[in-house]
Amino acid sequence: MSETAEAVMGGEGHAAPLHGWRRWLFTTNHKDIGTLYLVFSLIMLFAGGILAMIIRAELFEPGLQLVQPLFYNSLVTMHGLTMIFLAIMPALVGLANWQIPMMIGAPDMALPRINNWSFWLLPFAFVLMWAGFLTPQGAPNAGWTFYAPLSTTYAPPSMDFLIFAIHIMGISSIMGGINIIVTIFNLRAPGMKMIDMPLFVWTWLITAFLLVFAMPVLAGAATMVLFDRHFGTSFFNAAGGGDPVLFQHIFWFFGHPEVYIMILPAFGVISEIVPTFSRKPLFGRVSMIYAVGAIAFMSAMVWAHHMFAVGLPVSAQIFFMYTTMLIAVPTGIKVFNWVATMWRGALTFETPMLWAVSFIFLFTIGGLSGLMLADVPADYQYQDTYFVVAHLHYVLVTGSLFGIIGAVYYWLPKWTGHMYNDRISKWHFWLSVISVNVTFFPMHFAGLAGMPRRIPDYALQFADYNMVSSIGAFVFGLSQLLFVWVIIQAIRGGAPAGERPWDGAKGLEWTLSSPPPHHSFPTPPSDELVHREGPHGYE
Amino acid sequence: MNSLSNNERYFVANPSPWPLITALGLFLLLGGFGLLLHDGPMLPSLLGAVVLIYSVSHWFARVIGENQLGCYNAQVNRSFRFGMAWFIFSEVMFFGAFFGALFYVRELAVPWLGGEGAKGAAHLLWPHFVAHWPLIEMPRSSDFTVPKAAMGPTGIPAFNTAVLLTSGLTVTLAHWALKRNARRQLWGWLLATILLGASFVGLQAYEYFHAYSELNLTLHSGVYGSTFYILTGFHGLHVTLGVIMLTVILGRTLKGHFTPAEHFGFEAVSWYWHFVDVVWLGLFIFVYWW
Repeated sequence: MSETAEAVMGGEGHAAPLHGWRRWLFTTNHKDIGTLYLVFSLIMLFAGGILAMIIRAELFEPGLQLVQPLFYNSLVTMHGLTMIFLAIMPALVGLANWQIPMMIGAPDMALPRINNWSFWLLPFAFVLMWAGFLTPQGAPNAGWTFYAPLSTTYAPPSMDFLIFAIHIMGISSIMGGINIIVTIFNLRAPGMKMIDMPLFVWTWLITAFLLVFAMPVLAGAATMVLFDRHFGTSFFNAAGGGDPVLFQHIFWFFGHPEVYIMILPAFGVISEIVPTFSRKPLFGRVSMIYAVGAIAFMSAMVWAHHMFAVGLPVSAQIFFMYTTMLIAVPTGIKVFNWVATMWRGALTFETPMLWAVSFIFLFTIGGLSGLMLADVPADYQYQDTYFVVAHLHYVLVTGSLFGIIGAVYYWLPKWTGHMYNDRISKWHFWLSVISVNVTFFPMHFAGLAGMPRRIPDYALQFADYNMVSSIGAFVFGLSQLLFVWVIIQAIRGGAPAGERPWDGAKGLEWTLSSPPPHHSFPTPPSDELVHREGPHGYE
Repeated sequence: MNSLSNNERYFVANPSPWPLITALGLFLLLGGFGLLLHDGPMLPSLLGAVVLIYSVSHWFARVIGENQLGCYNAQVNRSFRFGMAWFIFSEVMFFGAFFGALFYVRELAVPWLGGEGAKGAAHLLWPHFVAHWPLIEMPRSSDFTVPKAAMGPTGIPAFNTAVLLTSGLTVTLAHWALKRNARRQLWGWLLATILLGASFVGLQAYEYFHAYSELNLTLHSGVYGSTFYILTGFHGLHVTLGVIMLTVILGRTLKGHFTPAEHFGFEAVSWYWHFVDVVWLGLFIFVYWW
């Protein structure tokens, strides 16, 4: 080793960025990696979105117009997998990368090379996952949940590539989760107590724990599918003493925490935006933290509510029904606290606040339909209908995605140094919020009337609902182009944002220049600054 | 928990090509393996393995080099500790999935197939099936390789338990020697640990051979064979990895790395080794014995 410590640690050019393409491939900087995550997830949002558009075009009217049933199954499967694993989750990790070091007064993430690895695994996973479209037997078609035996006995060869993509994405998520936990525990500014951390940091800490807890279980499930497919095992084959339902148990043991992995950071975002534009501290801040912890804890013991109709013993159904309904308590605390934060606040409705308020309304609708689904006897009617599709899109689109878009509009001036186009961003909001309801609200009715999900054709009585949904979906899809436009414009120029573009904003990130320096805090911020920007700084 | 003073500098890693190349290697290895499963060429997965080994060893060499140069302060050291601990936790969850599968089939699925309990209706599928464990006669045995007998706890498994538990002891003795700076004892106990670990893997391989050739117990032997091989197989893989890690550590101690006060690399590997040990105890109890 011919290098000296000075060369490795750097002098003043301490870990300076490389230039050109090497900067992005070899980066160890949390902001560069955050940007990579966010850009990648935006591209994936459109990739998964195009699949959704084809689905809605096929469902525009009854009968088979555009695609064959088997390809339709692939579309549904790949839409779900792409949106969950390549759009929503990477976007949330991108936000964590950009924000957590700035919000806790750190220079970077604790494990910067692992951080880069976590990102660069994802494009490779995308290639493996989507390669199936190029094979004669088509892309995976078992649904994003890849239940056995659809994924074992009856799946095309591309299922194997999906399994390996899941392994790679799992490694990415676990490494990302570990990195976030270590960063928060170890790189916090000395003056910042755990309990005083910003809510976004808290929600991500708990989410990161859920990632490390749940993702290995998914890897195990995928591994067992691989073995059943190729190495003669019978984990999910009753003829050999196994049980296809076992797959569902293992999958949902991962899958339900996964649901909260996708929503908790969005809760954190809303808890940052609402106080800023209410110009008030977050109501019940500590109870918010405990509520997130309680949600995460309970999320690990509700998984079988996805399986009520599969034939569980009654005792199990009752247990999972009650635990599921209990989650409404901490979730209700959160919604109540957001509303109470706005109560008598000096409210203004800048673009991020519009997304946050619509999140509170629309996520609550998704939460309430979730309570209906939690009820076992009612679930026997709702299960596998468009009611489920409506529910999951209200929590995932108007929940997670709206939270992410709100976060981008909130922090974009900080990231780029420029104010974005207010008028277009508001057009983006209003078009999105109207069209998303036009898309998904009628699905409640179609589902209650009995329309099954994951079928490319339907009975005539569902025609009107579906045409309305499809029109809404096309408008929603096109509206997202405005989002891209606003982002590109803000990157290229605009009015200088200044350190603190929102006058009610609190937090260490707003004490840095916009855009922030390459290493956010080369030395820890002073205790006084941490105190002033913390939850007690209002007093 | 946080001991960095307000004016101390953080350590920040320089840009590095190894994460990207490691991701590429993993992609080639797994994607190539997928091709192999469908009679594709061998080359991509082999290339992937080479790229992966090359990049991971360079990555580790870089970290070790930085450490030897004294770049790492107490904070970086703590980051590594937390990181390793959470990584081991993720491994626990990975094994948890397979243990969960074992408990589920053993306590629920197989009895249900035999007509017990709330879901006894599953019995209608194969009315002649009688629930038992270890499962020798499958519900539809004609489709499977029926084993002659199950794998008992006595003999090699019991001996292997002793081997692995002893290796847990020797690695701790090596740690104590390192703390006393008794380098010769450190080398001796480390070498003993490696030899014990390697004998464990060797005996396990012999046991597999015995199971396949004499007991007729294969991956294709219904859910008993499935759970047996996936649990012991992934454990064996982890022991093998542990032996490689211990060998690297032995090489580093021979080069004079580690001090009585600072030896995180050693500790990380010994944590990992103890984790593998504990998993084996679970295996011995629930797979071989109970």
